[in-house]
Amino acid sequence: MTTHNQQQHPGLPGTVPVTDMELRALHDRLAERAEASGLLDVAYRTIDTPVGTLLLAATPAGLVRVAYASEGHDAVLAALAARISPRILNAPRRLDGAARELDEYFAGARRIFDLPLDLRLATGFRRAVLRQLPAIGYGHTASYAAVAAAAGSPRAIRAVGTACATNPLPVVVPCHRVIRSDGTPGRYLGGSAAKQMLLNLEAA
Amino acid sequence: MSAKQPFEAIVAAHGPVILRVCRAVLGWADADDAWSETFLAALRAYPELPGDANIEAWLVTIAHRKAIDATRAAARRAVPVADLPERPTADGPGQRDLDLHSSLVALPRKQREAVAYHYLAGLPYAEVAAITGGSAEAARKSASDGIARLRRTYPGPGRNGGSS
Repeated sequence: MTTHNQQQHPGLPGTVPVTDMELRALHDRLAERAEASGLLDVAYRTIDTPVGTLLLAATPAGLVRVAYASEGHDAVLAALAARISPRILNAPRRLDGAARELDEYFAGARRIFDLPLDLRLATGFRRAVLRQLPAIGYGHTASYAAVAAAAGSPRAIRAVGTACATNPLPVVVPCHRVIRSDGTPGRYLGGSAAKQMLLNLEAA
Repeated sequence: MSAKQPFEAIVAAHGPVILRVCRAVLGWADADDAWSETFLAALRAYPELPGDANIEAWLVTIAHRKAIDATRAAARRAVPVADLPERPTADGPGQRDLDLHSSLVALPRKQREAVAYHYLAGLPYAEVAAITGGSAEAARKSASDGIARLRRTYPGPGRNGGSS
């Protein structure tokens, strides 16, 4: 058990140690009370997956962000503080459902995510594109051009690419199923290796 | 609106110090509740906190008010007892810490606060005085009286022997 050894002030002999275990218990109780008091604007946790550690964040409305490690989880949390609210705590309970469904998905036991989603981080056409993506079924792919057409703007192929590249909910909103017209996977915000891994998982 | 760090970072950075302050001012038994009340109130007010605020001083100010609340609540429900109950030591702090702790709690309130806010939280005397009332000079005097008394009453490291 580690203790936080505070700066030993010359005037104060010895000090009152505080252990990590005590702090964790206090933290968890704070998270519970914050949730019960309606003060927890954003709850988050991380999960380990075959595509690396994913950050999951949810507002009371639903899952608002899934982030790859390559995006920098601290930077993502800072952005959530600026965009949504700084009332953010590591509070896994609100993410229990999302974590369970993602575990099932990566185990090959889930094809459709059944989670409340908060799409507030995507606006306008980008949000319209994200709403189209779940229509591409598990194990299937669609071209950027086809998604543009489905979103009602057949010429907005580049904008579809941008919508996918800035998808706040990768994996859950399946932008990985959008590929180039020549059949190659194309770019992916989690890296092309992660995209290929998800496509392989769904093809199995 | 200035960019604020996630509140989680505030808890991680200042949680230990605030717990020490609560324990020093209130005693071990009531410190956890005061810590929770402090951070819940801070979470509530956090979005409105000016971006350039001194977060530690802000948290100590809230903790100070929560400690006063806790003391009043304790006074209202106080029942005289003949003997103080034994405090369990398993899983608790070591004997040395308890000695320091009881020495701290035995100080007069003003001294306890000044010692906790200056020496544990590291606030300058002007900040301490802004929280407790009175002048910076009075806060300095309270802290130094408190430390002098602690030196007399606290056995100090090494006296109890044993390495931790």
